[in-house]
Amino acid sequence: MLSPAGLRQRSDLLQAIRSFFLERDYIEVDTPLRLPILIPEPHLIPFSSEGCFLQTSPEICMKRLLAGGCERIFQICHCFRKEECGRLHQAEFTMLEWYHKGWNYFDLMRQCEELIGWVVRKIPGCAGLTDGDRLRWQGAEVALAPPWERLTVAEAFQRYAAVSATDALRADRFDEILVVEVEPNLGRTRPVFLYDYPVELGSLARRSRNNPAVAERFELYVAGVELANGFSELTDPLEQRQRFQRAIEQIQEGGKTAEMPERLLADLSRLGEVAGIALGVDRLCMLLLGHKDIAQTAPLIFAEL
Amino acid sequence: MYTASDLRKGLKIQIDGEPYIVTEFDFSKPGKGQALYRTKMRNMITGVQFTQTYRSNDKFDRPNLEERKMQFLYAQDNEYHFMDTSSYEQIFLTKEQLGDNLSFLIDNMEVEVLFFGDRPIDITLPTFVNLEVTVADPWAKGDTSGSDTKPVTVQTGFQLQVPPFVEQGDKIQIDTRTGSYITRVKE
Repeated sequence: MLSPAGLRQRSDLLQAIRSFFLERDYIEVDTPLRLPILIPEPHLIPFSSEGCFLQTSPEICMKRLLAGGCERIFQICHCFRKEECGRLHQAEFTMLEWYHKGWNYFDLMRQCEELIGWVVRKIPGCAGLTDGDRLRWQGAEVALAPPWERLTVAEAFQRYAAVSATDALRADRFDEILVVEVEPNLGRTRPVFLYDYPVELGSLARRSRNNPAVAERFELYVAGVELANGFSELTDPLEQRQRFQRAIEQIQEGGKTAEMPERLLADLSRLGEVAGIALGVDRLCMLLLGHKDIAQTAPLIFAEL
Repeated sequence: MYTASDLRKGLKIQIDGEPYIVTEFDFSKPGKGQALYRTKMRNMITGVQFTQTYRSNDKFDRPNLEERKMQFLYAQDNEYHFMDTSSYEQIFLTKEQLGDNLSFLIDNMEVEVLFFGDRPIDITLPTFVNLEVTVADPWAKGDTSGSDTKPVTVQTGFQLQVPPFVEQGDKIQIDTRTGSYITRVKE
């Protein structure tokens, strides 16, 4: 359970995030948490709720609002992912998700730099920070002043892993090698955007125009911690349907069921160019306040109820 | 049967026919990728440690482990013999298997012996044991210059720090988890 002082810091962080987006003319939205259909994602296990699901992410709802004409929206909400529990995972956690029409993933990277800089200035005296903008976490000292490093997935594997990203993917060992060999090195002296994922690992991201083998997806790493995941959104309904179909088949191979999100697909062509990103609020809170574990940053966790 | 999502520190599982205990555990999941269960394990028979990353669909057998209360009888060469006081069955463990437990083990002591199938592999000592002090410097009464503790040796040969008033021949209570002095006991 967070102390009153801890709750105040978490509240200050949430307000700083809100003020950042409101000043930039975003609309804050609050979409339903309980959904009749989810985006088919083989590695996320949803909680069921009276024949429906608790959301694993607000993406499906927020894209519907974008199709309805919104230009810039953000949301701070709870997401639920069954069987996720560890230092950086809780089955229920707080997500910040935002979308900006007319942008691509490089625009979002720049905005991440701005957002974190803004938050750090709004809540001075964070326990995890020294000299205003140097973050100390678990032995890493990270300079937050922009610009941050940009590193492609292929370069990162070349630099830190024993095999290439392509070979790792072919051997079905991409995630394992990323976690064990690559991630611990990322963002230790300044934050890094890892970008251009193999297209198989960016189900909702647009294929790159320069290199059709990769998707315009990035992850932000700070002190080895994966903090945010953003894309240039895939808005071609045909390609999205094919990718969802593969995901549904993978889910079915695991003995579970999933449905095609028809209403989302019908709306997709009305999105135009848009970029979207999700950021783990508990992890940001953990880093800024100098905690070791995201459970220490939540007002209450399940085990305490 | 356990699945990878059951893994946690302290869990005992069977791999290739041998019992292992999870000594370190970390859950990770990159982006929307696969769940990975990173573990460090110790073979409960050989003590050999290794690290391994598992995935959600990995499964493990439960090892057939059982604890039985037994009494320590005697040591001969490298073998330490114990007896089940109800069935009179006798077994032994080696010096290597007992390791640091030997610092506190004395004749007739009741311990929990851990069996893997029919095979004894480890013991758990009582949390508190009473041992006799066999070597201690005499207590110089009124000595205000000295430190708060002094070293003594107990009957097993184990050495520890105790308050200065403890003398040779005294019995003292020791916490077997930490090897530290608790109190002097009168018998």
